[in-house]
Amino acid sequence: MKRSSKLRGLMLLITGLVSTVLLSGCDGKFVVFDPQGPVAETQYRLIILSAILCAIVVIPVLAITVFIVIRYRDKPGNTAPYKPHWDDSKVLEVLWWGIPVIIIGILGAYTARDTYGLAKKPPVTDVKPIKIQVTSLDWKWLFQYPDQNIATVNYVHIPAGVQVDFELTSDAPMNSFWIPQLGGQEYTMPGMAMSLWLQADRPGEYYGTGANFSGKDFAHMRFNVVAESQEDFNKWVQTVKGSNNELTKAGYETLSKPGQSEEQTFSSYPSDLFDSVVIKNGGHHMDMDMDMDTEKDSDKADSNSDSDNTSKSDNNSTHDMQGMDEMSDTDMSNTNSSEMNHNHQ
Amino acid sequence: MYASIKSFASSFFVTGDPLIYGADVSIGLTSIAILFVLFYFKKWGWLWREWLTTVDHKKIGMMYLIASLLMLFRGGVDALLMRAQLAMPNVHFLQAEHYNEVFTTHGTIMILFMAMPMMFGLFNMVVPLQIGARDVAYPYLNAVSFWLFFFGAMLFNISFVIGGSPDAGWLSYPPLSEMSGSPGVGQNFYIWGIQISGIGSLATGINFIVTILKMRAPGMKLMKMPMFTWSVFSSSIIIIFAFPILTVTLALLFIDRFLGGHLFTMDGGGNPMMYVNLIWMWGHPEVYIVVLPAFGIFSEIVATFSRKRIFGYKSMVFALMSISILSFFTWVHHFFTMGAGADVNVFFAIATMAIGIPTGAKVFNWLFTMFRGRIRLEQPMLWTLAFIPCFVVGGATGVMLAVAPADYQYHNSYFLIAHFHQVLIGGVVFGYLAGIYYWWPKLFGFKLNDRLGKWAFWLWNIGFYVCFMPQYALGFMGMTRRVYTYGWDMGWGPLNLVSTIGAFLMGIGFVFQVWQILYSVKYGERDTTGDPWDGRTLEWSIPSPPPMYNFAVVPHAGERDSFWEEKERRNFAPAPPVPVAQLESIHMPKNSGVPFVFSACWFVAGFGFVFGWLWMAILGMVGVGVTLLIRSFQYDTDYYVPVEEVRETEVAAGRAV
Repeated sequence: MKRSSKLRGLMLLITGLVSTVLLSGCDGKFVVFDPQGPVAETQYRLIILSAILCAIVVIPVLAITVFIVIRYRDKPGNTAPYKPHWDDSKVLEVLWWGIPVIIIGILGAYTARDTYGLAKKPPVTDVKPIKIQVTSLDWKWLFQYPDQNIATVNYVHIPAGVQVDFELTSDAPMNSFWIPQLGGQEYTMPGMAMSLWLQADRPGEYYGTGANFSGKDFAHMRFNVVAESQEDFNKWVQTVKGSNNELTKAGYETLSKPGQSEEQTFSSYPSDLFDSVVIKNGGHHMDMDMDMDTEKDSDKADSNSDSDNTSKSDNNSTHDMQGMDEMSDTDMSNTNSSEMNHNHQ
Repeated sequence: MYASIKSFASSFFVTGDPLIYGADVSIGLTSIAILFVLFYFKKWGWLWREWLTTVDHKKIGMMYLIASLLMLFRGGVDALLMRAQLAMPNVHFLQAEHYNEVFTTHGTIMILFMAMPMMFGLFNMVVPLQIGARDVAYPYLNAVSFWLFFFGAMLFNISFVIGGSPDAGWLSYPPLSEMSGSPGVGQNFYIWGIQISGIGSLATGINFIVTILKMRAPGMKLMKMPMFTWSVFSSSIIIIFAFPILTVTLALLFIDRFLGGHLFTMDGGGNPMMYVNLIWMWGHPEVYIVVLPAFGIFSEIVATFSRKRIFGYKSMVFALMSISILSFFTWVHHFFTMGAGADVNVFFAIATMAIGIPTGAKVFNWLFTMFRGRIRLEQPMLWTLAFIPCFVVGGATGVMLAVAPADYQYHNSYFLIAHFHQVLIGGVVFGYLAGIYYWWPKLFGFKLNDRLGKWAFWLWNIGFYVCFMPQYALGFMGMTRRVYTYGWDMGWGPLNLVSTIGAFLMGIGFVFQVWQILYSVKYGERDTTGDPWDGRTLEWSIPSPPPMYNFAVVPHAGERDSFWEEKERRNFAPAPPVPVAQLESIHMPKNSGVPFVFSACWFVAGFGFVFGWLWMAILGMVGVGVTLLIRSFQYDTDYYVPVEEVRETEVAAGRAV
């Protein structure tokens, strides 16, 4: 009797804790479960699919465990069969090696499909993608709009319903660029320009954060993403352009010094800033024109587009690199850009 | 003069934090207390003869165990400091720098200085006994391994009060870990602490492969070995392939820091991605190094406490060996988001999921070992039963993480933190604790108290779920790892508070275990039979604790669970004593102080490298060379235990007439 009352107390405790967790969870927002764009949507569906497939195995296993432990307890008068020499069954072995193989097979197929799917940018429609160059600094985010020639710090405006081509680099230790409601993260690395495309389907404000530890004030590397209609976005750009607050080279030097920053807005910036940061850190810039080429023949095999880009980027980088004397660096740019060209997922 | 001493001391010692001053005082007091006891009771000779110079695998195992429990305490305190800091939004209990040091040392210590030595402790305490051997293949090398680990761990731990702790994360990605990102000496402590103990780990891997291949009792074919021995074998194979990668990687990082190399920076032609790849080529197999022996422990315990043969022995062995191979083909899943490209990510995603297949098969085999058995809920079995659901759920979230595109959302979030703590605590820690409870009476001659053990068990288990289930949710709420604080805006506060409560429950569980050990030393149920659990394998056929030479007569082991089969054949009657005439003198290795001195020289050299004091580094390395030479010219390294002594011991134990 004592045992059962203990057990009941325990169950009560567990139920209490579980409900606390569930209830308190409601305060916060499950951003990963709230996809607001096609990339996050695909990833969300994969998360749900993998959770279901895992549950198909996990739940029966947990049930079997409970059943076996209760039924085969060593207690007087237990009439359950006891077969101490039974230690092999071909049928059972085939079953429990086979079922996981099938489940992993299904999950693996979906994983491969979506990995390749997300690696390709969607076909170009009449809505032209917008380019934004992102630099992670100690400990703040710099966003540059090469087509609009404006820049922001720690917040970014994007037009809703338009594909955003982010180009990522770092002028500080490696970080990771993550906007959960729009899609998964990708590393920002010094000396490399990585590409990541995301899209917000609806206007709204989304949470963005650095996700890879980069030193002292890493915890404060948050940024706000404002998705708005194309009209509002254009208006915002005009306001920024009119604000007459230039980001100069010297201003960038100050900005990149370790420390936190408020949100900042710049009406213009030196047009080669992003490239020079990438090159300064030993790498090479992958020109965005090249990405356009990739899109056109995105259906071709990877190797084809690679070689296209490689030759192109070679031209670009030699151009970019005037004044640098090491040939080996040029060689490296080939390997790097072909690697990076797979962009993501 | 005074000013220069003062400025040296203020950079040499860690200053400015009341927590550290408190630790300084307690370290000082503890050291004085230990020295006092040793002087007062005149125990120096005893300490040197019985422990510091021993090559006995059982004593080395015990020292590993004690050291790992101390490290569990240190790593645990780190964990509680972190959870206290994160309990509420905007807490100012720890500064950012301090928090960064704490999570770095927590991770490094828990994996390299807690899990690894606890595992090696179990290897040492169990494997020779289980295969009917009198020691490991290279007892001297075994002592070298232990002392290298010990001094490596000490070097890492003193960074806490001298020079400053590393703070670039437990795997120290460049460029953050380069001089540009971490100019202090903390990162050097990280490199040299791990380097020195890593050599020891590699040597242990070699030692146990040879021991298992060459030292088995007659009749014990490979496919008759106990499952724990199989798991040690597979884990050791991973060690000898993975640890050299770690050594090389850290050596390259040291070249970058010490000689101004650019191996891992883009400027100058290096590449940080190379480091990330290399470190995970060791880091992922490392996870399987520590979890496979836990699987072996569960296999032994499940069979013993179900009074039934292990189910699907061959399939279990196949699963172990296939995991040890597959573990080398999954490392990229730690950085899918580095953008290696779709082909690479798909390959590593599927290879990672594939590991779930043999692991799942093992779970079913454990379940069907219990099926149609008779389950006794002793302490080792309780931990095993807690392991199964915990590990199954942890494994499932692992498969979810392996889905590369989805990983872009989980990566670096608390979902990931929850996952790996669930498999490392639910799998490795529960496994090793089960193993310690199981083999404790064999090594120490008494059982650990049941009542206190159950308190510890429930606190650990409830604490675990309370701590880590909320963290899965926090991951979905966008909380990233390694943030030292967070605001009110994201609603992360309540779940973090719950998680902190869980962490402290586990901490109380650990206190109960310490109490349990101390209590049981005095009051624990003594084991006079040598077979307290009705065991199945050879280690239970000898007295507890075993005599120095383990087996007076080398046993014959012609079948699986040969001790159990023999018990069945004689209808569980006590084993007949051996006639004294059959006993012979026994060949054993001699103790040696060289491993201790050799490793201490490594410590000196490491300390010199940490601070860039070349004179000290050279002095230490000369010491290393001299001790190696001394050993090379030692020819008198073994002896025979006289037959009279063997007879006396065995008659006194009632095992010979």
